Amino acid sequence: MSHRKPTTTDDGRVKETSRSRDEWQDGTLREALQGKGERDVEFSTVSSLPIGRLYTSEDLGDAWDPVERLGFPGEYPYTRGVHPTMYRGRLWTMRQFAGMGSAAQTNARFKYLLEHGQTGLSVAFDLPTLMGRDSDDELSRGEVGKEGVAIDSLADMERLFEGIPLDRVSTSMTINAPAAVVFAMYLAVAEKQGVPFEKVSGTLQNDILKEYIAQKEWIYPPRPSLRIITDLIAYCTREVPRWNTISISGYHIREAGSTAVQELAFTLADGMAYVDAGIEAGLDVDAFAPRLSFFWNSHNDFFEEICKLRAARRIWARVMRERFGARDPRSWMCRFHTQTAGCSLTAQQTYNNIVRVTVQALAGVLGGTQSLHTDSYDEALALPSDHAVTVALRTQQILAEESGVTNTIDPLGGSYFVEALTDEMEREALAYVERIDAMGGVVAAIEQGFQQREIADAAYKYQTQVDQGTKTIVGVNKYRMDEDAAPEILKIHPEVERAQLAGLERVRRERDASRFENAVAALRRAAESGDNLIPPMLEAVRAYATVGEVCQALVPVFGTYREVSVI
Amino acid sequence: MLGTVSEAKVNEARKLRLLVGKVGLDGHDRGAKIIARALRDAGFEVIYTGLHQSPQMVVDTAIQEDVDAVSLSILSGAHNYLFPKVIELLKEKGSDDIPVFGGGIIPEDDIPALKEAGVLEVFTPGASTDEIIDWVRAHIKSRRES
Repeated sequence: MSHRKPTTTDDGRVKETSRSRDEWQDGTLREALQGKGERDVEFSTVSSLPIGRLYTSEDLGDAWDPVERLGFPGEYPYTRGVHPTMYRGRLWTMRQFAGMGSAAQTNARFKYLLEHGQTGLSVAFDLPTLMGRDSDDELSRGEVGKEGVAIDSLADMERLFEGIPLDRVSTSMTINAPAAVVFAMYLAVAEKQGVPFEKVSGTLQNDILKEYIAQKEWIYPPRPSLRIITDLIAYCTREVPRWNTISISGYHIREAGSTAVQELAFTLADGMAYVDAGIEAGLDVDAFAPRLSFFWNSHNDFFEEICKLRAARRIWARVMRERFGARDPRSWMCRFHTQTAGCSLTAQQTYNNIVRVTVQALAGVLGGTQSLHTDSYDEALALPSDHAVTVALRTQQILAEESGVTNTIDPLGGSYFVEALTDEMEREALAYVERIDAMGGVVAAIEQGFQQREIADAAYKYQTQVDQGTKTIVGVNKYRMDEDAAPEILKIHPEVERAQLAGLERVRRERDASRFENAVAALRRAAESGDNLIPPMLEAVRAYATVGEVCQALVPVFGTYREVSVI
Repeated sequence: MLGTVSEAKVNEARKLRLLVGKVGLDGHDRGAKIIARALRDAGFEVIYTGLHQSPQMVVDTAIQEDVDAVSLSILSGAHNYLFPKVIELLKEKGSDDIPVFGGGIIPEDDIPALKEAGVLEVFTPGASTDEIIDWVRAHIKSRRES
């Protein structure tokens, strides 16, 4: 045929060069497949997204316009990155999440990390704190200081940041239902250090919607919870302009077992719900949207993760400009933190986790993350040991300073496969967003258990694939071996709980009782009247009201949330 | 209010009735839900407590629902307190014939003490659902036959 051009190979046989994929499939490929088939009938990502054999310009099509789809770094729609110079200008922030035991122990871990080159702090709180309960609450027994640091009152917060000037670090606090209370405590510490609020910077996770969907740490029902969030946004817009008010998180959605597309879709939908809430509360979208940021998971499937991150930037830019009419480019930017996937780590052959984390971290970097947490190899067993944390941080430093991947911006941009997969994930995510919109929005969908069920189904499907061996986990369902003793792990001693309870008792005994009571009463009045809750909350924590006391004070007004469980 | 109760088939009087519980403040319910669904699909009757149950709530449900075993999923690190507490409360109610097993992020070192406290079996990350189902078939007997 006229468009086939014969060429000669080294051994003199005549071979043809294909001019289209069809031609290649019918010729060279067919012959190869007749000899020996492929390893599998179907190939798919860890999320079961089908992946084709080969991607060519035909997958992108004639209408695919790089200016419209990709733009340039630092320009709409930010597919290639939010900064014009990306890592050539400045590396990502290496931010290792840390927190365990008492405030004093965590303070020591923070100082250790800062001395070893970490550039921002990230606080992990224990479960009672995350649930807005004091250490002496009935349900807190056995959990105090276990998964993070125990914070009951301002006294603990003062100890947590002792010797760490809050105008010189940026702090990320992973807390949601009681986020406003802990934020108020952080501001109170800044006040005591003499640091003005406008110099305080950091990020509050403060993403309650994903709690109902995935992480399940809630206090109040969704609607009053959204009001606390919009109060906090309004307050920060005026008083703490460098604070990132919500870190809209896909991380936990993924950890709960979602697919990559579900993580992308449910998280962006949550983001849209917060923007809606802010606008409904009377705020100008460009006054608060620049301070919204995102938090993604980076799992094992390298390209799926990179494409998810690229798609996230493009979707968010378009939604903010077209759906919400934002005019400030900073409102269009999807800036994000990435953490490697805790759920991908294995308790078997734990050193293999270092390799998993490296691949996942590299995906985060090639996806253009602004900050990164690398998991420690022993996290499927317990909280990380110092040694494991150091290896995790070194992994980032090797990627940043040895691998060369930071030399150019978005090195995978323009790859047929990467662009086709980015487009496909965008399409599938937007289809989910449409379904959620049709249900009446995120809160209505949560109330119907929609996202929860989609995630549970995906988690079950994946577990079945692992059990059947159709998805491989090295060391778990393939390449198993007998192992000697588990590595040394970090243990939190029960003494932490006893000491915490004693400290809490002392705070209650020594605080100014009438100042405390007046502050809590003023807070409840604000909840009833609709006034902004943050100033009275700040006064309550200054008066050493505890996390549990502040949260409980609002229960009579806001009620509590109870999930209808689906299995 | 309880979560989902799988449909009971009248003709299977000996079908095992299992409680899958999340106790404490731990919100990680991915594993518990997968186990609940796998046990249900394997033909057992499964009652899932939902989240944030106190040991007392789990024990009360186990007794009211007359289950053949209680399985607990704990990823919070509070297993050394919560497992023994549930066993102790079952004993107080004279229901210590209800066996307790479970799983989660539980260090190997802690398992001997948990077994000593009466936990029948502990499954750690990487255990397959088949392994757990096989174990239940081999070790959990219907209490209603005796």
